[in-house]
Amino acid sequence: MRGVFFVAALASVFAVGMICVFLLGSGIPTIKEIGVANFLLGTDWSPSNVPPSFGILPMIVGSIIVTFGAVVIGVPIGILSAVYLANSCPSRLYRFLKPGVDLLAGIPSVVYGFFGMAALVPLFDSSMLSASILLGIMILPTIITLSETSLRAVPGELYEGAVALGARHYRSVFGVVLPAAKSGVIAAVVLGLGRAIGETMAVIMVAGNQPRMPEGLLEGVRTMTANIVLEMGYASGIHRQALIATGATLFIFILLIDLSVPLITRGHSGSRLLRLLGRARKGAAT
Amino acid sequence: MTGMKIKENIMKWLVWASIALTAATLAFIVLFVVVKGLPYLKPSLFSLTYNSVNVSLTPALISTVILTALALVIAVPFGVFASIFLVEYAKRGSKIVKFIRAMSETLAGIPSIVFGLFGMLFFVTFLGFGFSVLSGALTLAIMVLPIVLRSSEEALLAVPDSLREGSLSLGAGKLRTIFKVVLPAAAPGIFGGVILSSGRVVGETAALIYTAGTVAQIPYSPLQSARTLSVHMYALSGESLHVGEGYATAIVLLVLVAVINVASSAILKRANRNRI
Repeated sequence: MRGVFFVAALASVFAVGMICVFLLGSGIPTIKEIGVANFLLGTDWSPSNVPPSFGILPMIVGSIIVTFGAVVIGVPIGILSAVYLANSCPSRLYRFLKPGVDLLAGIPSVVYGFFGMAALVPLFDSSMLSASILLGIMILPTIITLSETSLRAVPGELYEGAVALGARHYRSVFGVVLPAAKSGVIAAVVLGLGRAIGETMAVIMVAGNQPRMPEGLLEGVRTMTANIVLEMGYASGIHRQALIATGATLFIFILLIDLSVPLITRGHSGSRLLRLLGRARKGAAT
Repeated sequence: MTGMKIKENIMKWLVWASIALTAATLAFIVLFVVVKGLPYLKPSLFSLTYNSVNVSLTPALISTVILTALALVIAVPFGVFASIFLVEYAKRGSKIVKFIRAMSETLAGIPSIVFGLFGMLFFVTFLGFGFSVLSGALTLAIMVLPIVLRSSEEALLAVPDSLREGSLSLGAGKLRTIFKVVLPAAAPGIFGGVILSSGRVVGETAALIYTAGTVAQIPYSPLQSARTLSVHMYALSGESLHVGEGYATAIVLLVLVAVINVASSAILKRANRNRI
C-alpha cells in the first residue's frame, strides 16, 4: 500500500510536469517560429493581417500595470485590515468580519466582473483603472487571510514587551508585531500578486481589451489572460499557437513569482523596536 | 508625547478606515448584485430546458453539481492518499516531502486560465475527450488537488500520536491503524477541506470554457459538453439583452458559495473542537 500512497503523492508532481511539457512544449517552438523578439517585444498584435503580426508586449505591459495597480490598492488596505482582525478586533465583531472575508474570497470572478461592469465601468470606463480597482478588491481576501495568520503566529510576549517598554497599542503592533510577521506578510502580497496577474474573467469584463500599448489610466488595456480567452474560440493555426504561447509566457511569469518568494523573505531584519526587544531578551537570558 | 499621541491616532484611523472599507466593499457588492438581479429572479429562469428567451439556469445548475462532484471524486482519493504518504510514511522534513510540497504549492499558484489551456491541449485534444464534462472535471480535479492535499495533510497532522500508538500496541498493523483509527479521527477536517475546494470549482470559469465547453444543456454522458453557472453568467454578460438574468444567476451563485463557506467552516470548527 505504501506504493499506492507514494504514487498518489506524486500526482501533483506529475501534474506540474505535464503542464510544463504541454504548455511550454507547445509554446516555446511557436515563440521561436514567430521570433523571440517579435513575440515578446513586438507592439503589434494583428493575427488576421497578411502577413500576421504577433507581438504581445502590449499585453505583457498591460498585465504588469494592472497587477501593479491592484497591489497599490489592495495591499495597504489588506494589511491594515489584517492588523485589525488579528490585534484589535473584539470577538463579537470578529464573528461577522471573518466569514465576510471568507465570502469575499469565495465570490466567483464572473460575479466580480458583473459588479465591475455595472459599478466601475460607468465611472471610469472600461479601463486600466477599473481593472486595477476590481483586482485590488479581489486580492483583498488573499492578503487579509494570510497576513492575519502570520500576525497571529507572532508570540504575544513581543507585543507585551513593547507595551511594557511604554509603546502604545498601535505603535507596538506596527513597530514590533508587523515586522516580526514580515515574511508571512510578504508571502501574502506575492500570492495576491500572482492571483491578480492570473485573473481572467473579471478583467475581461472591465478592461476594454484593446490590444494596443496602454496609454493612460482611463484607457482600455488587454492583459495576457484576456488575450487567450477572447481569441481562443475562433483562432486556428499559428494564431492558436500564438495564444498558447501567450499562456506559456504567463506561466513563466507565475513560476518566476513563485521562485522569488523564498528569495525575498529570506532577509528580514525587522524594526528598531524589535531589535531592541531582542537585545533586551538576550540580556535577560544571560 | 503629543507627537506620539497624534501618530497613534493616525495609525488607529488608518486601520479602522481599512477594515471599514473592506466590510463596506463586501456589503456593496452583495447588495448591488441582489438589487440588480432580484427583479429577474423569475420562475422562467428555473425552467428545465434552456432557450434563448428564458435563459434558464437550471441546466447550468445541474451541470455545476455534476462537474463539482466528478472533479472531487477524482481529486479526493489522490489528495487524501498523498497526504497519508506525506504524514504517515515519509520521514518528516525529508527531501521528497519538501519536493512534493513545493510542487503542490506551485500547482496552487497556477492561474485557472493556464489550467484551462492545459486541459484543452491534453484532455480535449491529446486524449480526444473533446469539449466535455469529463475534460472539465479532470482539469478542475488537478486544480483543486493542492487544496485537498493541504487540508487533509493538516487534518492528519492534528491527530495525536497517542491514537496511533494505542492502535499499534493493540496489535493492529500500520494500514489498519491508518484506515480504522487515523482517518476516522481526521475525517471532519478532511471533509471541511473538500467542501472548501468545491467552492473553488463552483466559481470557476476560465478553466472550463475551453475544456467543458459552453453548451447550455443537462449532460447525459460524461462526453457531452456543459456549462456551469459561472460559465453561464459569462455567456450572458456578452448578451446585452440578458444582463439582468446574469445578475439573477449571480444571486444563485452567491447563495451557493455562502452555503458552501458556512458548511465548511462549521465542519472545520467542529473538527478543531474534537481535537482538544
